[in-house]
This record gives sequence, structure tokens and C-alpha cells, in this order.
Amino acid sequence: MTSVATSVEEALTRARDPAAYVCDERNREIRICGGSACHSSGRMAVVAAFTEEVARRGLTEAVRVVETGCHGFCEQGPIVTLWPEGTFYPRVKPDDVPQIVEAGVVNGGVYERRLYKDPVTKDRVALEKDIAFYREQGRRVLALNGRIDPYSIDDYLSHGGYRALAKVLSDDEPDDVIGLIADSGLRGRGGAGFSTGAKWRLTRQAPGEIKYVICNADEGDPGAFMDRSVLEGNPHSVVEGLIIAAFAIAAGTAAAEGYIYVRAEYQFAVERLRRALVQARERGLLGEDILGSGFAFDIHISQGAGAFVCGEETALMASIEGRRGMPRTRPPYPAVSGLFGQPTNINNVETYANVPWIVTHGADAFTAEGTARSKGTKIFSLTGKVANGGLVEVPMGTTLRNVIFDIGGGMLPGRTFKAVQLGGPSGGCLPASQLDEPIDYESLVAAGAMMGSGGMVVVDDATCMVDFARFFLQFTAEESCGKCVPCRVGIGQLVSILDAICAGEGELADLDRLERLARIVKASSLCGLGQTAPNPVLSSLAYFRDEFVEHIVAKRCRAVVCRDLVAYRIIPDKCTGCRRCVQVCPTGAITGPRAETHNLDPRKCIKCRSCYEVCSFDAIAGDAIVIESMGEHRG
Amino acid sequence: MAAARPTSPPAARPRSATPDPWAAIMRGFAGVPSDLVPVLQRTQETLGYLSPEALDRIARWLRLSGNEVFGVATFYAQFRFTPPGRHRLRVCLGTACHVKGGVQMLDTVERRLGAGAGETTADGEYDVERVACLGCCALAPVVTLDDDVHGQMSVLKLQELLDAGAPRDAGTGEAERSR
Repeated sequence: MTSVATSVEEALTRARDPAAYVCDERNREIRICGGSACHSSGRMAVVAAFTEEVARRGLTEAVRVVETGCHGFCEQGPIVTLWPEGTFYPRVKPDDVPQIVEAGVVNGGVYERRLYKDPVTKDRVALEKDIAFYREQGRRVLALNGRIDPYSIDDYLSHGGYRALAKVLSDDEPDDVIGLIADSGLRGRGGAGFSTGAKWRLTRQAPGEIKYVICNADEGDPGAFMDRSVLEGNPHSVVEGLIIAAFAIAAGTAAAEGYIYVRAEYQFAVERLRRALVQARERGLLGEDILGSGFAFDIHISQGAGAFVCGEETALMASIEGRRGMPRTRPPYPAVSGLFGQPTNINNVETYANVPWIVTHGADAFTAEGTARSKGTKIFSLTGKVANGGLVEVPMGTTLRNVIFDIGGGMLPGRTFKAVQLGGPSGGCLPASQLDEPIDYESLVAAGAMMGSGGMVVVDDATCMVDFARFFLQFTAEESCGKCVPCRVGIGQLVSILDAICAGEGELADLDRLERLARIVKASSLCGLGQTAPNPVLSSLAYFRDEFVEHIVAKRCRAVVCRDLVAYRIIPDKCTGCRRCVQVCPTGAITGPRAETHNLDPRKCIKCRSCYEVCSFDAIAGDAIVIESMGEHRG
Repeated sequence: MAAARPTSPPAARPRSATPDPWAAIMRGFAGVPSDLVPVLQRTQETLGYLSPEALDRIARWLRLSGNEVFGVATFYAQFRFTPPGRHRLRVCLGTACHVKGGVQMLDTVERRLGAGAGETTADGEYDVERVACLGCCALAPVVTLDDDVHGQMSVLKLQELLDAGAPRDAGTGEAERSR
């Protein structure tokens, strides 16, 4: 055993390119966020500007300009951090670059004007670690996100990457690894929360010639980008977790083969994963004889083709097999008969990314964070009407209030919190009274939502809960694969009822119909999609029933969202007759000569919002056009 | 307006210029049924869309029935069966975009271009798509024109964008614009 251990250890040392850059926290580095959101806010120009500026000053040797994975504070992109100090610069424009380099690199200080400004205290905060958004988090899976170059296996290796794999291959029996994962209490991060150790054990015990290990990266929930960020920022952590899983499940009993099923829309993630797999093969970390241990395993990338239902494990496997991604009944569970009829283990991205950490630090260290039944940390994508949106990793058991108000900075100015939606189209909305719920699998389900994969959308008083529930059901209705009747027909019916309520044509009996039908769909659908699709309407009815009633009885939408229940109106006292709204109105609904109060003909108005926007931003008086619920403030 | 441009028949956006695209499409595949989805993906990438002839050819090659191939192809949202327009306009209606007014963006597009989600404008200039989430929720509501992401859109900003028209040869993958 000792000789194997030594040789694996040596093989890992050899896997590093001796000429490669060595990551060291004392090095001078300029790290630019290469996540998708920062890309959208203009990262490429910023990267070019830094590279040029550093070269212009002859600093190319002394400073590393590196594009990293997602820093998480997406609201503030493009994000640049300067190391070793850890200075944080949000919303960097190419024009800021010379001053940042001058102040930060040449003079070793900070460029005060571009530092982050705390929205509450209004103070400038220099260091990333002192910003409330980061200070309150516990980053474990995301520890290297924003630190390393995702295209470089050497960066990952120099941070101790693949050390967990080497340890497992040299010291452990497969059953020990399964025991360790089971002891850690790790549960599936994709939403259902099944014990990962138990799943691995079932797959190991099932007879089969080949064992498949699949990583589910078909992150389909709108508003969720946790898995994408992990894949984009630190792809090797997922690859390492997958290899360890394959060893634990198959070594000594069967051949092993891996798949990563990733959405085709995630081009950056696919590109970085491809690169990671090529590098891992080149360095002997994947393939015939991994690190000289004799264990053989390789991973394929399978790109999803745009079907939400393929996040369901049996549908996902059908899709890899080249068929329509339709779920089937279980049992048999994939652990017994999965991909191509062989025992198959499916976990989600974040689950695999936790595995190397657990192997390195041990089960006890992992269980030190969390609640009685939910251990470790969880990543959330915090979006919607919250001040500081982005990627958040917190210990299980953190309260929703802590995440939304301390990390997320609370609501936008002048707005009040209405609800937080957890778990995407399968989840539910929780009101303010539930904000002190600790985040764990059981308590969220008890409250009427679910952990889901980690989408957390905050909404305020300008969001209509009826319309919001309808939004999720429209989504699942469209994504239903059509195989079973309750889901195919039932969800469509739920949408029709909600349509009527939003249009002011509902009746009170509709609320009972909704509830009854929702329960039927939940109880009788074939797969998780249908079984959870009614959750948004059920939780909204439980906590926000008064809004439904108001739509039906008073024909009023208090959030001024439902188009059939709102009207546009010109306030005569405010209108200066600047004709800006007349020019933008596409239907000629607004008329009036210059310098006289304009007239809005509600019969011609299509409620397109153009006049409202132009009046708010461009018009001379401003705010002379209001959108209001029907039946109030007439005249 | 886009309609004022000189129009020519909508052309596919081929990635490779090899004489026989099928050699490139078939490269590296074993030709077994489980290759179907990746084969369809590469075919669309190469030819721009899945024509009846292409589907037929794939069926014969993978020894599947035409029905099976068509059934799988129509199941997945990624595949299209008509030639693509010159520019790809995507309106995000993910959760974050929805609560920040994404529906108004789609309505504006439909009103201005006369083509709704899933349609191509009559002049072949724009494909209009609605997508469930583009993953830059912090910038909601988001519209993308080819590879340019336009965040924090409003009805008026979107109208300006559409009136300006898409730049010729946009969408090299490197171009970016932030508003």
C-alpha cells in the first residue's frame, strides 16, 4: 500500500507543469471577473485595458492580469480585485484602468473614487472582505471562484487541487469513501436533498458491468445560476468530485464512465469544462490509469438541447441516450437501472464540488456547519428586487432575513419587501413572516417552499403575486413534456384560471378550483416537474390570498401589474404640454397642442408604457403620467 | 427601420466552408442512435437549421425512422426547421426579467417588428426568441441582439435599439455594448 501511496503522490507532483505560474496569496495580481454577468456588463474591454496598461508601464513580469470565475457580486460588474491587498473595484470602466493601476500597483494604495460605496453607511470600503455582501458569507465551494484562472489546471493544482483524489486513490477503499460521504451528511444540492452517501452506496451495490456517474448541470430554473458559476469559475473541482465518486462507486467491481450533462446555453461553462477535461487527461488525472493507481475513468460532455424537464434524472438519461427527454416511472431507480440500463449515479454540480472539500477536511469539519439534518453550506443566486444581487454561499441554518437584508442589502430605495421565491418553478413564495426561518431542507418545505437548486428571487410591493404565480405556471406548462395527463392538461388549466383572475374575470369559486386541481396535479403527476409545478400557486394562495380575492372582487391589482386592471392617466396639474408623450405614443391615444394639458384616450391606449417612461425620464415636467389600479383616483 | 434595408433571401449562417458539410458533421461520431442529439446539434450549427433533407439523411445514417428523428428534434427547443434570420433578437423572460418588465419588452418587439416569439420577420432580418433565462439577472430586463447584451432595458431604449437596426456582420462573439 505504501508504494502505491508514494507513486500516486509522485504522479500528482508530476502532474504539475514546473514552468507554470505558481499561485501565491502574496503575489501581485489583478483579477477580473469573467462570469457571464460581468461579461454582459463589458468585461472584455476592461481586460484589454488592464493588459495594455500593465504592459505600457513595463509591469507584465511583475503583475498577473487574470480572468477568473464569477466573484458573485453580479450587481456590481464588471468586478476587479487587486491582490495581495484584496482591494475591490466595482463597475470598472476602461477609463478607470490607468488610475487603478497607478494608485493600486505603482503606489500600493487605493483609487478612492472607484471604491465600493456601502449603500447603508455611504462609506467607501476598500477591501473585498470588509464588504457586507462578502463579510456575511461562508464561502467553501466558491472559495477558489474569483481566485484562480478557470482555464488553468496548474492554478487549481497549486491550490491543492486533485489532492483529495490522490488521497482517495492511495489510501482509501471505495467503501471508506462512501462511508465518509455518508458520515458528512451531504445531501443532494439539486433540490430533493437525498443523502449522497446512500445514493453512492446503492449504486455500488447494484450489479452491473459498467457504472455510470453523471453530473447534472442542466440548470433550468429561470433566475438560477449557481451551477453555471461553479462550472465557469472552478471546473476542476467538479471534475475531481466526479472522479472520486466514480472510484467510490465502481472501483474493483465494474468499469466506470462519466457524463456531464450541461445546458447548451452555457457556452462559457461548456468551453471551460472541455478545456478542463483535456488538461486532466494530459496530466494523467483522467483516462486509463489515473495517477498510476490502475483506476480507469473518463468523462464525456453531453449538451442539453433546451428542455427543462431534462433536469429530471430519468429524462436526462433518455436525452443522453438520444431519445426525447421524457421521464419514466421509478422504480427501478437509476442506481439500479439507469443510463443504458446500467447502475447510474446522478448528482448535481454543487454536490460534486463539495466532495473534494469533504475528503480533504473530513466529515466532522463538514458537519460543523449547518443544522441537525442539513449540513455544510448552500449556494444561492440572489436576484430580483434586492439591492445587492449575486451569488451567495452561506452555512445551512442561516436565516432568510440574514441572506436578503444583511448580505443582499435589503430592498431597493422606497420599496418594501413582499415575498421571497425559493426553488424556482417547483418552489414557493414566502412572506415577511417567514423571514426568520433557518435555511434547511425540512424547514423550507414545512413553510411551503423548498430548497430547490438555490434560486432566491426577492420581490417587493410592485410585484403582483397572482401574476407571479401565473408566470411560474406558464413556464412549467410550456416545459411539460406531455407524457402524463395531470401535468399536460392540469397545469394548462391552472394557467387558464389564473389568466381569468389576472384579467379581472375570475370568481371566488376559482380559488377552490385552483387549490383542488393543484393538489390533483401534485398527487398524480409522473415526475418531479408535475409534482411540484403547482407549488407556486399553492404557496401564494396560502400567504397572499387577499391579493387573489382583491383581483376577483374589487377588480384591483394593488401592485399595478395586471394590464387589464390598470389604467394610464395624465395628471393635468403636472402636464406642461411638452408633447414628448404624443411623439412616442404608437396608437395616437395622446393628443393635445404644445403647452396645453394633453389628453389620453383610454380606448386607444394599449398600455405599452412608452409615454410613462418618456414622462418619467425625459419630459420637462416629469411624472405627469401615472399608471394606477382601476377604480381609484378617478379624475 | 430594418424593413428599409435592401433585402435578399435570408441566408443560413454556416460556420465552416468545407465543400461537403456532411463530412464535417459526421466526423467523430460512431453513427449509433445515441449520437442523435449531438448530431442534430452539429447539423444545425453547420447548416443553420434542420431541413427535411437533413433530417432524412440523419435518419438513414443512424438507422432510425424518419419519425423518430423528427420526434426527437421537435421535442427540444434548441432546434429550428426554417432558415434563420440574419440577426437573432432574444428577449429574456426569466424570473428576474419578468418582475422587472420583460413582458413589455416582448410586446414592444412584436409591435415594432411585426414578429412575435418564435417567429422571423418577413424580411428575414430578425429571429425573435423569448428565452427563459440568460443568466445575467442582475441586469434585468435583458435583451440580446446577436451576441450583444443590452441590460436594464426600457420600452424606449428598446425602440431606439430596433430603430437603429442591427449592425451588419454583428455577432462575432467579441462585440459588446453596455447601456
